[in-house]
Amino acid sequence: MVQIPRWQYIFALVVVLLGLVYVSPNFFSRSTMEEMPGWLPQEQVNLGLDLRGGSYLLLQVDVDSVFQEQLEGIVDVVRSELRRGRVGYTGLGRSGNSVVFTLTDPGQTGQARDLLRPYLNDATLRIDDTGAGTISLSDAAMAERRTRVLQQSIEIIRRRIDETGTREPSIQRQGEDRVLVQLPGVDDPERVKELIGRTAKLSFHLTDESVLPGSDAIPAGSEVLEGDQVAPNGQPVRYVVRKRVLLSGDNLVDAQPTFQQGAPVVSFRLDSIGAARFADVTRSNVGRPFAIVLDDKVISAPVIREPILGGSGVISGSFTVQQAQDLALLLRAGALPAALKVLEERSVGPGLGEDSIRAGETASVIGFVAVIVFMCAAYGLFGIFASAALLLNLVILMGAMSALQATLTLPGIAGIVLTIGMAVDANVLIFERMREEVRQGRGPVSAIDVGYRKALSAIVDSNLTTLIAGLLLFNFGSGPIKGFAVTLSLGIITSMFTAIMLTRIMVVFWLRQRRPQALPI
Amino acid sequence: MFPLIRLFPTEPRLNILAARTWLLCLSALLLTGSLVAMGTLGLNFGVDFKGGTVVEIRTKGPANLEDLRSRLNGLGLGEITLQQFGSPTDVLINVPQQGADTDTDAQVAAIEKVKTELGDSVAEYRRTEYVGPRVGSELRQAGLLATVLAMLAIALYIWFRFEWQFAFAALLALVHDVVATVGFLSITQIQFDLATLAAVLTIAGYSINDTVVVFDRVRETMRKYKKGSVPGLLNAAVNSTLSRTTLTSLTTLIALIPLYLFGGEAINGFTAALIWGIVIGTYSTIGIAVPLIYYLGIRSDSVAVPSKQEAAKADAS
Repeated sequence: MVQIPRWQYIFALVVVLLGLVYVSPNFFSRSTMEEMPGWLPQEQVNLGLDLRGGSYLLLQVDVDSVFQEQLEGIVDVVRSELRRGRVGYTGLGRSGNSVVFTLTDPGQTGQARDLLRPYLNDATLRIDDTGAGTISLSDAAMAERRTRVLQQSIEIIRRRIDETGTREPSIQRQGEDRVLVQLPGVDDPERVKELIGRTAKLSFHLTDESVLPGSDAIPAGSEVLEGDQVAPNGQPVRYVVRKRVLLSGDNLVDAQPTFQQGAPVVSFRLDSIGAARFADVTRSNVGRPFAIVLDDKVISAPVIREPILGGSGVISGSFTVQQAQDLALLLRAGALPAALKVLEERSVGPGLGEDSIRAGETASVIGFVAVIVFMCAAYGLFGIFASAALLLNLVILMGAMSALQATLTLPGIAGIVLTIGMAVDANVLIFERMREEVRQGRGPVSAIDVGYRKALSAIVDSNLTTLIAGLLLFNFGSGPIKGFAVTLSLGIITSMFTAIMLTRIMVVFWLRQRRPQALPI
Repeated sequence: MFPLIRLFPTEPRLNILAARTWLLCLSALLLTGSLVAMGTLGLNFGVDFKGGTVVEIRTKGPANLEDLRSRLNGLGLGEITLQQFGSPTDVLINVPQQGADTDTDAQVAAIEKVKTELGDSVAEYRRTEYVGPRVGSELRQAGLLATVLAMLAIALYIWFRFEWQFAFAALLALVHDVVATVGFLSITQIQFDLATLAAVLTIAGYSINDTVVVFDRVRETMRKYKKGSVPGLLNAAVNSTLSRTTLTSLTTLIALIPLYLFGGEAINGFTAALIWGIVIGTYSTIGIAVPLIYYLGIRSDSVAVPSKQEAAKADAS
């Protein structure tokens, strides 16, 4: 162990140099770094949301409602088609992920198949001998649909967040039906949450004036919807609205907040198809009210005074300026394909983040100094070697964090402090073993040799067990805890290198220079 | 060179094996106490595992907790708990889960209500964390799974490197440390959240370190003195590694104590759990793991034959 092959010297030198090169960007401001030559690494340590402030949102996309809607549509088709073809049926309805019905006359099976076939798309129809029919969505089709809904949701969320001017948002799919949104530096998470949480499904409908909202006999093609305003009796105003969609938000090409007679409104522009349809509808319904519906709520129900031919219009309602701005933003970005639910939210204000960084720095520096003082007091010159290795360990660890662009969190700083304590453990093991060998009468060279060799298996075993725990933590943990697992695991690896290889090189170098008669330990 | 500090006599003479009954009784007491505490006091689950919302605020002047508590609990949102968090101006507010599973709107409305009630007595909203019940239970399961897996993986590794008596004793010592740490969290009612769970997992990984060091020495001693009495050899192994077993824990504690004192309120519970776990881990190595391998019937001939590779290495030296 006192004979060190040349490749080990070279390897150690290369690792230390790489550590220094990669850690260096952290000591300069970003603007200074940009002026440096391009081949130098420029990555700084990535601070987690708990240190830089910001919001972490875990959202669930309600994909099931999309499937239920699709099945509901199939039920409607089956009802109207079988009725049109005069095929008798009973028990039509949804059951799990399929639509079920029973033909009253099993002999009409072929006829039913022909009627339904054009509407099936990616669903499969089965009718058995007794006339029991099922239409089910195939697993592959559902998986594909799920992926598409998630991709769309992510796209819409991204557009909405971009509109708010947030820098460096991260929006990722997670698992089957979840989206993880990370927004560094956002200090008003409520507004963002409100923006991305709304489906923003806009549609224009004619109102049904034949009945009152309180009536028991609402026609099949109409429904009662609540409005935004509140009636004098404290209840929301209700409207009877025809289900048929005249125009939907998909036809919008632009929406902007503006003012009309001093009140905030949203003006919109339609695409050519939408404009043509809007012109038709307004021309044939002058004098009648139509409802502007957003997420199943009537925003307003103005009366059509004259045909609107230019393809642009204004949505008025009882908006505040902020509400008008948000609505315009939502309409521009488009509707979400399914509703979103917030499963988890963590927001940290910038003040707390700064305090945490300061606290972490103070604790690390004091811990580091205390460990160095102890090591020097306990092992003298060898303690100085161990301390130098410890400092290089921190350099390499931070260099690795920067190079890998791993995220540093507050628990991550705790992981570094823990690493500081654990890194010298290896040296304690080696030095104590050397003392023991010296006591048993070995000379310096032999004591050093045996000390490193015999301590090695215990060091490797004990570090590997901690690494096992670290990797499991990384696998299961989220956000800040992952940060702890990262610094702990990286720290164990780098400390094995510095505490064993680097101190050994230092000790051997000293041994060759001084040729001591006894070990100062 | 200055005189070096030596914390231990050069050759300590602890007779661990003679005290084994007392040590096992002490641990039995510790574990019973921990389990009773878990049963009666339970764990102070944080929002991560329980679900609900926690808001950390900084008030303009020193916070009047009584006044805030009565005002917030007048809102009819269930039991809202408040606690001082570090400095006198910092308050942590716990709002329970509102309504049914993933009823986000109710939760958002509740937070809005709390914020309106707090009004301008708040200078800064420092942190808001909401965990829905579904995520809470997922995190609970994943945490439990990770802890069990970590312990098994570590025991498996020890089994791979040592004889089964060592692995089994190590596993029992691990369970001992984990239970005692969770018991500590229960008695102190330190909040049990993701961070403290991470501390428990780290304890599992770390407390095994000094156990490995002692086991390594036990094996070495037994191979060297095949004829010695087992209790004598075990004692010798413990004593010759005593300084390094305690010093390695000491260096780690030296680094962690400043973290406890200056690391800020947010990781205080986490650091406290780590510190306790490291102390307990060191005790269990000496007081539990070594007597256990004796009880499990380790004999010199069960470790007698070093593998060919090791024999070759020994020859080379």
